[in-house]
Amino acid sequence: MSPQDRLKGEFPFGGTARSAKGAPMSDRLRFDVLKRLGDFAFECDLDLPLAGLVALFGASGAGKSTLINLVAGLLQPDAGRIAIGPDVFFDAKERVRLPIEKRGLGVVFQDARLFPHLSVRANLMFGFKRAGARVLAPQVTFDAVVELLGLATLLERRPHTLSGGEKQRVALGRALLAQPRLLLMDEPLASLDASRKAEVLPYIERLRDEFAIPILYVSHSLDEVLRLATTLVLIERGRVVAAGSVAEVLALPHAQPFIGGGGAGALLFATVQSHDEHYALSTLACDGFTLRVPRLDASIGMRLRVRIPTREVALALARPSDVSISNRIEGVIDRVQASDMAGTYAEARVRVGPSAVLSATVTRESAERLALAPGLRVWCLVKSVALDAGALAAARGSVATPVALREPANDERLRVDDPPR
Amino acid sequence: MLTTAELEALRLSLQVALIAVIFSLPAAILVAWLLARFDFAGKSLLDAVVHLPLVLPPVVIGYFLLVVLGTKGPIGSWLAETFGIRLVFTRWGAATAAAVMSFPLMVRAIRLALEAVDRGLEAAARTLGASRLDVFFNVTLPLMLPGIVAGCIVAFAAALGDFGATITFVGNVQGETQTLSLAIYSLTQTPDGDAAALRLVLLSLALALAALFISERLARRVARFIGRA
Repeated sequence: MSPQDRLKGEFPFGGTARSAKGAPMSDRLRFDVLKRLGDFAFECDLDLPLAGLVALFGASGAGKSTLINLVAGLLQPDAGRIAIGPDVFFDAKERVRLPIEKRGLGVVFQDARLFPHLSVRANLMFGFKRAGARVLAPQVTFDAVVELLGLATLLERRPHTLSGGEKQRVALGRALLAQPRLLLMDEPLASLDASRKAEVLPYIERLRDEFAIPILYVSHSLDEVLRLATTLVLIERGRVVAAGSVAEVLALPHAQPFIGGGGAGALLFATVQSHDEHYALSTLACDGFTLRVPRLDASIGMRLRVRIPTREVALALARPSDVSISNRIEGVIDRVQASDMAGTYAEARVRVGPSAVLSATVTRESAERLALAPGLRVWCLVKSVALDAGALAAARGSVATPVALREPANDERLRVDDPPR
Repeated sequence: MLTTAELEALRLSLQVALIAVIFSLPAAILVAWLLARFDFAGKSLLDAVVHLPLVLPPVVIGYFLLVVLGTKGPIGSWLAETFGIRLVFTRWGAATAAAVMSFPLMVRAIRLALEAVDRGLEAAARTLGASRLDVFFNVTLPLMLPGIVAGCIVAFAAALGDFGATITFVGNVQGETQTLSLAIYSLTQTPDGDAAALRLVLLSLALALAALFISERLARRVARFIGRA
C-alpha cells in the first residue's frame, strides 16, 4: 500500500489496548481542506474515527496547529469540507460555516489562556454555563473534573497566582467542562519545562482514559506521542503523510524519518503478567505472545507500551532452541523492503498477533539468503536486555515507570528534506 | 466656608462633567471598537473627525455646535420640535460641549486598552461556547476596564476644564451654564473680583487633586480586578 493509499484509506481503530476497553460509538472526523497561509499551502485529506487520543505529529511549522485551528473554526479554509459525524462545520460548496461557539469543542491552547479577571472556579464554569442543552445531562461534572485534575485547592485563586502547570490543568478542566464532543489540544505541554510537563502529562492520560471524549492532540514531541497516542497522524509540510493506529504508523517505513533512526521500531501494548524474583525478570502479556523483560517496578495487571527498536529484532526461519535469546515470537512476514539509500539494510515487517507487528532490520544480504518474503513464517528474536525500562512506557500515569525513550526526539531530527513517498 | 454662588458653580461643574462622561462613554467605546478592530471605507475620516476637537480652537467647536445644535440649526430645531429639548443656554448644552471636547481623549484611551486585549482570550471564549456579543461583555469589556477608567478620568478632567466651546455654545449664564472656569473668567473681568477668583482657583486645585487621588485608587482596584496586580 502506498502512502497515498493510506491517506485516503479508512483507518479502523486498530486493535490496541484501548479498543479492547470498548470505546463508545465514535464519530468520524472527515476533513478535506485547502488553506493557503502566505507561501504555505495546507492541503489535508483525513478521515478517521474519533476515539481515544489522536496525535497529530510533525515538525514545527508542518501545519499541525493549522489543522486544529481549522477544526475549531479559528481559521477559515479556502476550500473543502470539515465534518464530524453528521455535523458539517464547514463546506465551501454548500456555503456552510458553523460559528466557533456552535461546534461543541473544547480547545486547550499552548498558552493556557485563562481569563485573568475570573477566579479559577469562574474560569472552569465559563464553558459549562454556556454548554446549553448538553449540561442537562452532563457527561463531565464539575466535581469529577476538580477531582481528576486536583483543582480543589485552586478554586478561589486567580490565574496570575498559578504556576504554569496549574494553569494548564485549569485550562484542561475548563475545556472538559464545556461538555465537548471532541477535545483539541494544541501542544498543551510545549510551553512547560520538563518537570511541569511531568506534572501535567499524567492528568492528560487520566483524562483520556476516564472520560469518553476523543482528543485531537498536536505535538512535536515523540515522547508525548508514544506515551499518549492511540491513533497517530503524521503531518509534514501541510500534508498528511500517514495515519492509523499508533503501532501501525510507527511501523511504516516512511514514518521512520519522523521518528529518527535510533527511535524506529514497533510499538506493542502489553500487560504485566508476572514477576520472576529468582531471575529478576518480568513477563509481559502481549497480543498472543509473551515477552520476558528485566524486572519492572510495576504492579501486575498494569498496562504498558513497549517499544521494540527494529535493530534489536533478529529473524530465524525455524524455532531456535539453542540461543541465549529468550523472546522468540512466531509470526508471518507481511512486507520486506530496502530501508536505506545505500542498500545495505532491509526491513521486514512481521505480523505476530492480531494487532501486533514487529519490524526487524536485517542486512539485505541476509534477507536474500533467507528468502524473506511476504507470507513466510518466521521467528522474531528479541533480547530481553534490549527491553530495559527505557523501552517501556506506562500506558497509564505512573511516576514509578520511566517514560523517556533512549533517544528523545528533537526538532532537528524531525526535519527531513525528502522523505520517501 | 463656600458661598452659595461658589457651591453652585462647583455643583454645576461636576454635574456637567459627569453628564458629559456618562453620555459619551458608550459612543466612545463604539468608536474605539470600530477604529481598533475594523477596516472600512471612511475609517480615516472617522478618525479625523473624532480628533478634530483636539486640533481645532475650542471656540471653533463651540461655533460648530451653535450652528448645528442651535435652535435654528438642523439638529437643534429637530430636537426642539420633536422632544422639546433646547440645548443653547442650558446645562445640557454645556454638557454637550464638554462631551465633544473630551471625546477624542476618551476614545484614545479606550482604543489603546482595546488593542492591548489578548485576542487569544476572545478566541478561547468563543471555543467555550460564547457568542461574539457574549465575548464582548464578559471578556473584552472587563479586560479593557483599565482603559475605560483612564479614559473616563481624562475626559472628566477635560470636561471640567472646558471654557471656549462652552462659552461659545451655551454662553455664560450663572446657575445654568456658568461652570467653575467660566465663573473664574467672569470674576477676572469684574473690578475687585481677584480675591473671589483666587478662591475659585483654589477650589479648582482642590478638585483636581481629589480627582487624581480617587482615580489613582480606582485604577489600582481595576488592575487587581483583572488580575494584573
